[in-house]
Amino acid sequence: MNEPDPTALVECRDLVFGYGERVVLDGVSFKVPRGKVTALMGASGGGKTTMLRLIGGQVRAQQGRMLFDGSDVGRMDADTLYAARRRMGMLFQFGALFTDLSVYDNVAFQMREHTDLPESMVHDLVMMKLHAVGLRGAHRLMPGELSGGMARRVALARVTALDPMLIMYDEPFTGLDPISLGVIRNLVRKLNDALGSTSIVVTHDVQEALDIVDYVYYLSEGVMVAHGTPAEMRASKDPQVHQFVWGEADGPVAYQYPSKNFSEELELV
Amino acid sequence: MFNRTSIINVRNVGHHAIESLLRLGYATRFFALTLLNSGTSFLRVRLIIRELYFTGVLSMIIILISGLFVGMVLGYQGYQTLKTYGSESALGVLVALSLVRELGPVMSALLFASRAGSAMTAEIGLMKATEQLSAMEMMAVDPIARVVAPRFWAGVISMPLLAAMFSAMGVYGGYLVGVVVIGVDEGSFWSQMQSAVDFREDIVNGVIKSVVFGIAVTWIALFEGYDAPPTAEGVSGATTRTVVTSSLAILGLDFILTAFMFRGA
Repeated sequence: MNEPDPTALVECRDLVFGYGERVVLDGVSFKVPRGKVTALMGASGGGKTTMLRLIGGQVRAQQGRMLFDGSDVGRMDADTLYAARRRMGMLFQFGALFTDLSVYDNVAFQMREHTDLPESMVHDLVMMKLHAVGLRGAHRLMPGELSGGMARRVALARVTALDPMLIMYDEPFTGLDPISLGVIRNLVRKLNDALGSTSIVVTHDVQEALDIVDYVYYLSEGVMVAHGTPAEMRASKDPQVHQFVWGEADGPVAYQYPSKNFSEELELV
Repeated sequence: MFNRTSIINVRNVGHHAIESLLRLGYATRFFALTLLNSGTSFLRVRLIIRELYFTGVLSMIIILISGLFVGMVLGYQGYQTLKTYGSESALGVLVALSLVRELGPVMSALLFASRAGSAMTAEIGLMKATEQLSAMEMMAVDPIARVVAPRFWAGVISMPLLAAMFSAMGVYGGYLVGVVVIGVDEGSFWSQMQSAVDFREDIVNGVIKSVVFGIAVTWIALFEGYDAPPTAEGVSGATTRTVVTSSLAILGLDFILTAFMFRGA
């Protein structure tokens, strides 16, 4: 039981995490199988982004273990952690491109920081990565000149620059027009399969995600309440999952923020 | 005996004191980390050169123009006072000593804090707010080594150079007003300056001051940016604090340094 599962690239065991008094994740366990695209879903503020930060070792859990390729991220020293991060890539919600570097230099950033490749080879690699996201022609632009969708594609090219084993996506579909959204959605799947990597998609855009992922974990208020394949999630009878998947306003997740009785508030009594 | 308000007030004072102490601790740790992670900057000097351009070269215009005006004002005011005692020929000494010892390092550091320090804070604060620093960490690149340290060293290197330019322009401004406009004897203006300004006592001490100010201003600016809450309000507050805190630090440090350097003179 204590041995890491060799088929899983990321394995989370009974993880507890909180900021101060506030518990964000309360005893969460899940596995991300190698080579697959796994979605972490749940309402905003449910601890999904925190989960990615835990996998990346940017924050550490109070209890439980977060295993990446068999070793516990929470117990790594700085050097081991940085070595592990070289095998991960993370796409941030709004791309997080370096605004003082051009598109080209953004994609070349990791190659220049971590390898001694000659500049001619860096050039070829950058062009290949940009070609894969359809933005080879935009390599001279600065991030400020890109639209939201383009910025995210450049960020995706940058994430895959060194062909990471694990790619994490933090809300990759938020705030995109339908065309860009379709492009990003297909890229997530295609890049995962072409690079032979493993992907984790954190999202609350249910329908987009269900189309491309292999497996879904549903997180609510820091607890893993359901998991299954996209088809199982769509057919789920669990009221919470049903409300989320079909986007119903009221259900187990209340429409109203907790408050005192309405008639009391209006001083009718 | 004690009412509720006074107890709350005492509690607030204590709270603020503890908070300030904690922040000072964080800032010191940040400073130590910056020094420890400076290796990359020196192995890849291009990183520092790039920042030298943004912090140093782009601050030159404001420094040179301010230096010229301050020197011209010194020329006028110095002449008016010295004339009363019939010692107008000492104008060169007065202008040069005031600039090299005090006005050069202090004024250029104040200008540097508002021109380059505020820009550093805003830039790093926004990099943090837009998750660029997190993205860098996730790419296994330490933001302190890659972003903070090159800016720190660029600040420390450019500060004494800017102060020297400020003083040189100031002396020239004093010359323009004193010699060219008012007509003080040119020979005594320069020769008295040469004999009265001591290299070790005046110039080296001025340079030491500006190095200390450079460290203080850049440290404060970088820390405020790195520590800024990742919101618009947070970054604007941090930028203001950079200018206020570093101006006060410059003036306070100047007093301490002057007291040590010129106590017997």
